[in-house]
Amino acid sequence: MSETAEATAVAKEPKEPLFSAKNRRLLSDPLNDDNPITIQVLGICSALAITVQVKQAVVMSLSVLVVMIGANLIVSALRNLIPSRVRIIVQLVIVAALVILVDQVLKAYVYDVSKQLSVFVGLIITNCIIMGRLEAFALGNKLWPSFLDAIGNAAGYGWILIAVAFVRELFGSGKVWGFQVIPDSFYDFGYYNNGLMILPPMALITVGIIIWIQRSRNTKLIEEN
Amino acid sequence: MSNAIHKFLENNVKPNFDEGGKFEKFLPAYDALETFLFVPGHTTNGKGSHIRDGIDMKRTMIMVVLAMVPALLFGMWNTGYQHFLATGEAYTFMDAFLYGALKVLPLVVVSYAAGLGVEFIFAIINKHQVAEGFLVSGMLIPLCLPVEIPLWMVAAATIFAVIIGKEVFGGTGMNILNVALTARAFLFFAYPTWMSGDKVWIGGGMDESVAYADGSTGATILAQATEKSSGFVDASGAAYGDSFMASFLGMIPGSVGETSTLAIMIGAAILLITGIASWKIMFSGVLGAYVMGLLFNLWGANPFMEVPAHMHLVIGGFAFGIVFMATDPVSAAQTSTGKYIYGFLIGFLGIMIRVFNPAYPEGIMLAILFMNVMAPLIDHYVLEANIKRRQKRTMAVAA
Repeated sequence: MSETAEATAVAKEPKEPLFSAKNRRLLSDPLNDDNPITIQVLGICSALAITVQVKQAVVMSLSVLVVMIGANLIVSALRNLIPSRVRIIVQLVIVAALVILVDQVLKAYVYDVSKQLSVFVGLIITNCIIMGRLEAFALGNKLWPSFLDAIGNAAGYGWILIAVAFVRELFGSGKVWGFQVIPDSFYDFGYYNNGLMILPPMALITVGIIIWIQRSRNTKLIEEN
Repeated sequence: MSNAIHKFLENNVKPNFDEGGKFEKFLPAYDALETFLFVPGHTTNGKGSHIRDGIDMKRTMIMVVLAMVPALLFGMWNTGYQHFLATGEAYTFMDAFLYGALKVLPLVVVSYAAGLGVEFIFAIINKHQVAEGFLVSGMLIPLCLPVEIPLWMVAAATIFAVIIGKEVFGGTGMNILNVALTARAFLFFAYPTWMSGDKVWIGGGMDESVAYADGSTGATILAQATEKSSGFVDASGAAYGDSFMASFLGMIPGSVGETSTLAIMIGAAILLITGIASWKIMFSGVLGAYVMGLLFNLWGANPFMEVPAHMHLVIGGFAFGIVFMATDPVSAAQTSTGKYIYGFLIGFLGIMIRVFNPAYPEGIMLAILFMNVMAPLIDHYVLEANIKRRQKRTMAVAA
């Protein structure tokens, strides 16, 4: 993949400022041009399942951020020690260990959200974005770029998740972060919450609309026929 | 007279919209209105070998809208009839019709305004002509909704259906789903309290100030069939004497345009005589529903399964869906064999969902949407089979 090619180039350069243009792009690309959800279409299951409320989406994004930073750093540190034949299972063990840690922390401090997220915290293990970054980036890069890459991708994942959750919670239950936003007077006038927003199909359509807006604004993404 | 108006438009108004004119941007909007009112002046030039037919897509669409008029008029009367039946007031034929017209016309106006508004905006942004497709969808949407549905919900659903059901796929002729049914499905899942129950189907039913006669029920026959085994009752609480006749004529609660199978059959006749709708889809659809009905009769595990097969053809939205929605030429199967399969499965699955799942009494809506999605697959296999057959034939000849 292109990332690995780019990666070897980075590794060979002797000294590089911490926030060189290349490193800054590791942070900014996943937010737009190379977004894990809208461009690479990875991690869609969780984007559909836990975007009913903003709070869940934020907690989920933070969990993924923590797991991703940890996994990218550990794999990057061990990258010359991991035999390439068993690398997938090693990566899985690392990610699984981190997910269990995150799950325990969530259960201890935000029990209610942890209950709502149910299996989806555990399923971070199978989140394609994390495995994808480990394979494509952390295995061939030093610690610092891997760290930035993790933050960039987790943020790219997170902002889509939170945007979708915002739309769904606002129209689906008239709330944001659990607080009533749409005033009672609207309901008195005959406004009703949109039940379809709560159902998974609407998450898919909302993601689709985000992709639509993104592609129409960003000409780089339009393929030639 | 109309010629003079057309000439005036061509000479004095149109230049403003042509290239370099004042309103150049709005040419699509102007063009849409002009061709809507007048048959476009495209003619074959001297050298052409094909004759251009004066009947363009707009004229075709108008025929479909005309075919829906009987159902619309009957729906207006029935809305008033159900209302007066429920309140127990005295009424004349005109009272009922006018009451219904006042209830139904706003739905039609809102549906057209919202849908055409979106179409015009997209036409201007994309610089193409306004497509005609919405002329039919705009009429179908109010006809397949309960009369008491709030107008803003109709507008929201129409906008959703036109954008998500049609424009994202490339506009008229490219939609994979029937637009009107997309709007109905949106409302069904988004605002279930306004799409089911026993009040929404009757004019004034959701207005609590209207007094109802005791013991009246406005539940549709489908809802009644899932709830209880004993015969069907009408809004005044009296049992439908001959429920087959009542359903066939359409004097029952239901969505605006779908109650009267008779009115729908008049529309079906218009569509079939003019050759606009496919008789293959209609025929195989009815057959599919009847076969499924018979199978359920044989099974007979619950009262709904024992509803006679011919009853299934006249109750609920089956007739309306199979005549006006399943035959949508864009979202239906395109191949001849494919049309039989497509129609049959719509009827078959529609009745199956209706009987098996009491939460979704309008199975026909879900069946048509499902088969819309499956239509390209059916076409693909029909084509493959045809290619294989012909290949075999040429091989046989060659050998």
